[in-house]
Amino acid sequence: MSSSSQAPESWITSFCSLLGHEYFAEVSEDFIEDDFNLTGLQSHVHMYKEALEMILDVEPEEDEEDEDEDEEEEEDEALGDEGRLGYRRAGDRRHMRMASDLSVIESSAELLYGLIHQRYITSRPGIQQMAEKYELQHFGVCPRVHCNGCRVLPVGCSDTPGQDTVKLFCPSCLDVYTPPNSRFQSLDGAFFGTTFGCLFFMTFPELDVGRGGDSFLTATTGGTGSATNADRATRSGASSSSANQLQHGQPTTINGVISSNLAPGLGQGKIYEPRIYGFKVSERARSGPRMKWLRMRPDDITELDEQRRFHEMQQQAAHDDGDDEAEVDVSMSSNQPGDNAADAIARRKKAPIRRRRQGAGSGVGVAVGGGSPMDTNGAAG
Amino acid sequence: MDDFNSETDSDYTSYWRDWFISSRGNEYFCEIDEEYLTDRFNLTGLNTEVQYYQYALDLVTDVFDLDCDDDMREQIEKSARHLYGLVHARYIVTTRGLAKMLEKYKKGDFGKCPRVMCEHQPLLPMGLSDNPNVKPVKLYCSKCEDIYNPKSSRHASIDGAYFGTSFHNILFQVYPALVPPKSIRRYEPRVFGFRVHAAAALQRWQDARREELKDRLHKLKIDSGFEDDDDGEREDEEEEDEAGDMDVVATNP
Ligand SMILES: [Zn+2]
Ligand SMILES: [Zn+2]
Repeated sequence: MSSSSQAPESWITSFCSLLGHEYFAEVSEDFIEDDFNLTGLQSHVHMYKEALEMILDVEPEEDEEDEDEDEEEEEDEALGDEGRLGYRRAGDRRHMRMASDLSVIESSAELLYGLIHQRYITSRPGIQQMAEKYELQHFGVCPRVHCNGCRVLPVGCSDTPGQDTVKLFCPSCLDVYTPPNSRFQSLDGAFFGTTFGCLFFMTFPELDVGRGGDSFLTATTGGTGSATNADRATRSGASSSSANQLQHGQPTTINGVISSNLAPGLGQGKIYEPRIYGFKVSERARSGPRMKWLRMRPDDITELDEQRRFHEMQQQAAHDDGDDEAEVDVSMSSNQPGDNAADAIARRKKAPIRRRRQGAGSGVGVAVGGGSPMDTNGAAG
Repeated sequence: MDDFNSETDSDYTSYWRDWFISSRGNEYFCEIDEEYLTDRFNLTGLNTEVQYYQYALDLVTDVFDLDCDDDMREQIEKSARHLYGLVHARYIVTTRGLAKMLEKYKKGDFGKCPRVMCEHQPLLPMGLSDNPNVKPVKLYCSKCEDIYNPKSSRHASIDGAYFGTSFHNILFQVYPALVPPKSIRRYEPRVFGFRVHAAAALQRWQDARREELKDRLHKLKIDSGFEDDDDGEREDEEEEDEAGDMDVVATNP
């Protein structure tokens, strides 16, 4: 039997307080007890039922779940307390189990918890809990110098367990990093999943992404400290403090994101410029810079408004005859300043899709930014 | 100097420097040759930078022989570390110094790039300023060409001037074969399998800037240094990737 009867704290609490489990939120029992949230997990986990019982510290007194084994039905009814006896029997059965079984169940429970956790943190209460952990900097900060101590989130590069370990997503440079501490380097990334990182920042669009860990601490002592992340995020405009200086004539949002929150760690002044004795290393040198593009961001962010650019191009191309698709594609590439032939090819390949996306929504960002995934999620959680 | 003399001693070992570079937190430093340290030319101008310059130099070169109180000794010790760091910045851009740092680089003494897509590329220490007391040491990744903070706080407090702004760039200029192939692989933020539009648009814009760079280099007949930079092949790969991504985005609304 699990440690439930002796241990004062629940399995979930003790699991989350283990060394190396600091990134985990405590999934609420309500969430786990809703079968809908567990859909499809049964096939991923050995001894699923036992693992689930272990996670929930199932005990006769506490449980009135209805998924007991059928065999016990009659006796239970005779005693007038079906759930209780059913679970007591389950407990008896567990007593008979070998220790090896227990360790199998233990590891199954960890896997199951991780998979439930992946779903939980994209639900409303789960993402809220992660926001509190984020606020407290439980996940650390971006190691990149130009991100200035921006706080990061744990993410997976796969939703399937056993593929890759947990990574840290930085909203300031939109890149992922290996956790600095080796105890996180064996934690499965699927327990956090591919969706959580970006969904988090879509859920809290007002969150001042560029705000570093240090400046946050100062802000806290300055008096805003009592507000939680979520509070701050939902209060509109409340977080527009530090990094939100907008350039003249720049839109406040771009592609569904507040402009100042779109990769604030990138762009001019935030790209490393290699120098030797003060002189820039030329890109013509064999060892010259090749990767600046990775950290670039246009000074004029309207360059990122592909839909607007597309419309401008369409107007330009209006007089042309012939095959519509080809025309549109070509004009699209020609409108981008500095596009070369290779780029034009790449663009033409993408173009049909881009057109479809455009037809779908009025705002470019709406396609994903304010769109269905989140709403669906909110309803589910 | 009981601290350095007490253990095994042979007269030729460099007690102080041995002790210094093997101390916890000093893993980024290489050992400066005795000859380099004793050539006054190499130390030009440092006498005004370092308090108790002569004593500090004596300490570093193991000829320190002053009877003084603990406070004074501590002061001199501090100056010796500072002096060592300042000379270090000069030494590591010499042929011998570069070679020593190269060895350490190959062993991964400076750590690995934390960026997932850089796949554990070894880092090099660097400074954002050549003047002391301005900025602590940072780490340069030659794969993503970006700079990172050291993981450990004991490294995060080392003065960046002890490595300087040029060393890591000189190293790759002197050993161009060590420049790693550059990768265009990157993290693509997704939500429920769909690429996030704002990030994807920015990445497309960045990709266009990269293609411009490649084009410029191509016209100059300079090797761009990217992985698989056989043009035809690269296009094919990109096409596959992008087609996959874009289809998902399109089905989203
Ligand atoms: Zn970052
Ligand atoms: Zn790197």
